[in-house]
Amino acid sequence: MKKVLSLVLALVMLFSFAVVTGCGGNSDSSEDDFLVGAIYINGKNDTAGYTFAHHNGITKAMEQLGMDVSKQLKIVDNVPEDDAQVTNAINTLASQGCKIIIGISFGYINAMEAAAEKYPEIIFSHATGYLSNDKNFNNYFGRIYQARYLAGIAAGKKSLALGNNNIGYVAAYGTEYAETCSGINAFALGVQAINPDAKVHVMKLNAWANESLERQFAEQLITQYGCGVIAQHCDSAQPQIAAQDKGVFGCGYNSDMTSQAANAHLTAPIWNWDVYYKLAIETAKNDPDNFMTKVGIYYGGLKEGFVDISPLTNNCEEGTKEIIDAVKAMMVSGEWDVFTNVKLSIAADGTITKVDGAMLDNKGGEVISADNTYYVYADGALKAVDGGAAAQDGVIKGSMNWYVAGVEEK
Amino acid sequence: MNVFASFIAALLKYNTPLLYGTVGEIVTEKSGSLNLGVEGTMAIGAIGGLLIGCKADSLLIGILASFFIAALCGLFFAFMTVTLQANQNVTGLTITTFGLGLYFFIGNGFKSAGKWPDMLQCEGFLESTKPINIPLLSKIPFFGEAFFSQSIFVYLGIIIAVVMWWYLKYTKPGLRIRSVGENPAAADAVGINVTLYKYIHIGIGSGVMGIGGLLMAVNLSGSFEGSKCWIDGYGWISIALVIFAKWNTLLAILGTFVFGIFNTLQVFGPTLAEKFPGVLGWLNKIPPQFMKALPFVITAVVLVITSISNKKNDQPAAIGRNYYREER
Repeated sequence: MKKVLSLVLALVMLFSFAVVTGCGGNSDSSEDDFLVGAIYINGKNDTAGYTFAHHNGITKAMEQLGMDVSKQLKIVDNVPEDDAQVTNAINTLASQGCKIIIGISFGYINAMEAAAEKYPEIIFSHATGYLSNDKNFNNYFGRIYQARYLAGIAAGKKSLALGNNNIGYVAAYGTEYAETCSGINAFALGVQAINPDAKVHVMKLNAWANESLERQFAEQLITQYGCGVIAQHCDSAQPQIAAQDKGVFGCGYNSDMTSQAANAHLTAPIWNWDVYYKLAIETAKNDPDNFMTKVGIYYGGLKEGFVDISPLTNNCEEGTKEIIDAVKAMMVSGEWDVFTNVKLSIAADGTITKVDGAMLDNKGGEVISADNTYYVYADGALKAVDGGAAAQDGVIKGSMNWYVAGVEEK
Repeated sequence: MNVFASFIAALLKYNTPLLYGTVGEIVTEKSGSLNLGVEGTMAIGAIGGLLIGCKADSLLIGILASFFIAALCGLFFAFMTVTLQANQNVTGLTITTFGLGLYFFIGNGFKSAGKWPDMLQCEGFLESTKPINIPLLSKIPFFGEAFFSQSIFVYLGIIIAVVMWWYLKYTKPGLRIRSVGENPAAADAVGINVTLYKYIHIGIGSGVMGIGGLLMAVNLSGSFEGSKCWIDGYGWISIALVIFAKWNTLLAILGTFVFGIFNTLQVFGPTLAEKFPGVLGWLNKIPPQFMKALPFVITAVVLVITSISNKKNDQPAAIGRNYYREER
């Protein structure tokens, strides 16, 4: 009797299993089954910071494309920059059937390059990197320096109103990384366009994030160097909070930091990662064969809406918005860009004039010559960079190692 | 403001959490228990104390809350290791993992619900965290700015360290807890309630760590970033400092200063080098990574020196070993 009962029970179980999976199969086939894979350096549940910004961008883009994030986005998070672990994450996502795999951290670069060869049918997209192939592996980054220039204008205008030419900048790194270096330079150029006498004092953390040091560096810039505006290239809002605490002003980074420092914040250069992710996911889904021609190595800016500044707060000086809008329009239309042989000079009434001439670094060297050739330091001497616009973007993204005049690293 | 005075002021402000962590761990270790959960205990004390203190809009309530919430962590540790005889190292690490997890759970929860940082609008609480100028003393040139214009946390931390030193050295319960840490069986034989003494001192030790956590939160204005904890490794440094301080809470003040100098030099080094290029110009040439590593090198040197001199071993003899009465 017991044997019969157990047999019946086993059969019932088998049937119910079949029914459940059958149903699942039916509903799946009616849906879109394109899977997106993502590898994050921090947790997917973060509520701020780098991973949060990317996760937000990917989910936003997928929603815009009418995809179901809970089913179609596969994530491996907290993956350190270690080739073996990144490869594991890629294998996991590939075995789940992802058609595009996004890696957000610089150090994923080698593992992703190798994986692109191993999985030719999957598209690999790598943020902040410099490697690619001609079929299924690209990299993407943005002209955040354009947004920093605009933030610099807001800071410069403020410094004029305060009558304080000292502006502080809490940076993760200095000339070691072109990303931080070009950001500092663009910000300083923006400041100087409106306040030519301003000095940008840079203190560097030697780390991408360290809240306590970010706070202390900002306090140091305010109390010891008398800075009236604090800009930053680091993760947390601590520099802005320090500015508010000491009654000065600041420009955040990455996200609108107004909620953390309402009385100090002017504006922040921000990323709209969803702009790229929408393009990339859409192309990977509909036209994967032409991914590298349609998306390719992506370097979007203000024009694409990929970078921008957060809405100007009431802490900004009157007239700031008009100037910023005008300069932004010049960059969007392609009429003018930051790292060129033309500088902008903005008068107190908001008139913008273009000034031709070479760009000098803070040691007096010509880093962009009057005929618009870029130079970078190699073995202690400035060397010209040939190769046209693509190579010049390469300098901004990868090899810039000088500060423009008026920048002082501590 | 004199740059050296602000150097010392910043040193005290940003490194006193280490003092709390160290004193708390010394009290715990003196009872013969090695609690590796400092990081997690501080994290829970920090977020609990901040939220409750802000809700009540009172710094005193915040400090008490961080003390009692962290003390609860300590009592849990005591329950696991003293009553249930669990391995102390594993239990301590569990508390660290649990504490950080709870910290992120609470913080991320409030943040994604859109309540952080608006919920921290607490004028009274924030006002009490501002530096207090001690009358007369704060008027002394240089020293006033450097030492006597600090937030309540700095004074409280030093008071706790001194009181704990006196308590452990000169009072009867202090003597008893030291004997429990050295030889619980002997202590038991003379009629000391080993279990009770361990519970109380592990609880107090953890509570002190919790106040240090609250100070870290206050130093960062309670801004919750979500990817990193406020404590950021200070709990672990505290455990190293215990060795540096040779289980003496007075020396812990000195240890905090020594560790703090290198922490703060990362910030002030460039300024000092710029203002006094002749004397301190070399500060700019030291890589910051070296500066970060130096306190640990010093700890290693202290360990070597103490083991060579070997007059008296400062480490409680029974540390890390659970006391089980039936094994006597």
